[in-house]
Amino acid sequence: MTQSPTLSRRTASAPSQPRKSRRRGADARAGYTFLLPWLLGFIALTVGPMISSLYLSFTNYNLFDAPKWIGFDNYATLFQDERFLQSVGVTLQYVVFGTPLKLAAALAIAMLLNSKRKGQGFYRSAFYAPSLIGASVSIAIVWKAMFGDSGPVDQGLSFFGINLGGWVGNPNMTMGMMILLTVWQFGAPMVIFLAGLKQIPTDLYEAASMDGAGPVRKFLNITWPMLSPVIFFNLLMETIHAFQIFASAYIISNGEGGPAGSTLFYTLYLYLRGFSDFRMGYASAMAWLLVIVVGIITLIFFKTSKSWVHYSGDAK
Amino acid sequence: MTTTATPVTSTSSSPAPAYNPKSESTTAKRIKSAIFHIIALALVAMVLYPALWMITSAFKPNSEIGGANNALWSNNFSFDNFATAMEGIGGVSTLTFFTNSLILAVGAVVGTVLSASISAYAFARINFPGRGLFFGMMIATLLLPFHVVIIPQYIVFQQLGLVDTYVPLLIGKFLAADAFFVFLMVQFMRGLPAELDEAARIDGAGHVRIFGSIMLPLMKPALISTSIFSFIWSWNDFLGPLLYLNTPEKYPLPLALRLFVDQTQSSDYGAMIAMSVLALLPVLVFFLVFQRYIVEGVSTQGLKG
Repeated sequence: MTQSPTLSRRTASAPSQPRKSRRRGADARAGYTFLLPWLLGFIALTVGPMISSLYLSFTNYNLFDAPKWIGFDNYATLFQDERFLQSVGVTLQYVVFGTPLKLAAALAIAMLLNSKRKGQGFYRSAFYAPSLIGASVSIAIVWKAMFGDSGPVDQGLSFFGINLGGWVGNPNMTMGMMILLTVWQFGAPMVIFLAGLKQIPTDLYEAASMDGAGPVRKFLNITWPMLSPVIFFNLLMETIHAFQIFASAYIISNGEGGPAGSTLFYTLYLYLRGFSDFRMGYASAMAWLLVIVVGIITLIFFKTSKSWVHYSGDAK
Repeated sequence: MTTTATPVTSTSSSPAPAYNPKSESTTAKRIKSAIFHIIALALVAMVLYPALWMITSAFKPNSEIGGANNALWSNNFSFDNFATAMEGIGGVSTLTFFTNSLILAVGAVVGTVLSASISAYAFARINFPGRGLFFGMMIATLLLPFHVVIIPQYIVFQQLGLVDTYVPLLIGKFLAADAFFVFLMVQFMRGLPAELDEAARIDGAGHVRIFGSIMLPLMKPALISTSIFSFIWSWNDFLGPLLYLNTPEKYPLPLALRLFVDQTQSSDYGAMIAMSVLALLPVLVFFLVFQRYIVEGVSTQGLKG
């Protein structure tokens, strides 16, 4: 076994030109054959639908009559549609407050766990568990029950003299409830942070201690820059996912986005427009706007990353 | 698991390292360790509280779930809620919903493992023109909000008469539409030594043989992670079934749950929560059995939960 690789490399370099190009042709054929499942899916389920939804976004289409070309009308109408603007506001609030809070919790607990103490495996699994079930319908139902009038959350807060009543029916509180639901799922980014923290050489911290650096300076000058590629990855993925929250919002608001539109998330409104009102052209315009916004945000993330994300020298 | 949870102080019997004057005394170390475990356990209790509340509430009579009595304990624990939950909704037994969920999840696992591993082999091991371009496109689909494709997909499946069948829910799995899994397998295969295929080629093996006899057996960890996650994602999926399924006999559990909530409207909280527990049961069992694979999968591949 150990000898065959060197042997094979010698023989592999021997063949003359025509044999090599024949192998290349065979490789191309084999490559596309193996790629076929993905390629078919990519064309039929991604590229094709993307093009047709772009077309539909310029039409009036109700699934039964032929699409009618209306130019930019859908896009123009969007910005006069109050419910649309509300859904943008709700979603932005959720993304802007929920994602950083979730990541802060994930990083803080990852740092707490990043030691050689016993029980790491247990803690890691216990904190991760909510990430696996948090987006399910079951948890949405439980969340609704827990934050309902005189549910355990209301009871618990009353114990401390805070009487907020039920969160579910109060338009000012539902966002807090949704943000807590996403923060509760901090386990997945935490596990990724933890893997990143383990990569930081301990001698960096030892050297910093020798120089008299305290925990804050160590965090700012070692942990943050060394972890920045992982922070970037988590921030990008969590932000993009946060824009797409659906099931929890649907269940908690009975599929309506209430009370008073306070849980009318972007994707929920898109769903209602497309599959409840059958305004497929309008919904397509919403979908494309989401793609554009997410694309711009991704681009901004990558552009600004140069100033704060540090890749260690040996990485490509 | 229970043993690791109890605060265990670092081995005190070992001789204190005398060469390091800065090293803390064993008692100081013990106290620090105890504080760590107290904080960590308090956080665990907080994080797992909703899950505990859910499980205990499922066994409580309705009168004790809302209202004054919200402690985790009750003297009236019973299986009554589960009995109600198992009856199902609108003449369809909960067992049917379970079976439907299972069919969809197993289909998703089979389709994803097959299509993602085959496609990943092309990306990781075959040199063909256009590989880099397609790989970039696959990565881009990881970031693409999938809502942009659901409307045209729905229109096509509707015209093909496939609405209210499982075809729209499963076809993507057999066409490697979950780019995450392709990416995971590509990364894994790239980590396997290239000499393996070269040696096999010299022995006259084609790509089919190399893939089937060399790569697949070595890829077991990646295949297991993929199976676990595609099962759980399919099990929890709500939007797909909501879009495509109309008859309750075909509903998987998440959709059945929604129907249950709509029909009982908080009149029977206990049964609703019991059914929620039942719907999560397979996921929880999976987690307990495969937690190492799951957590490792997340930490090495950045897989989402």
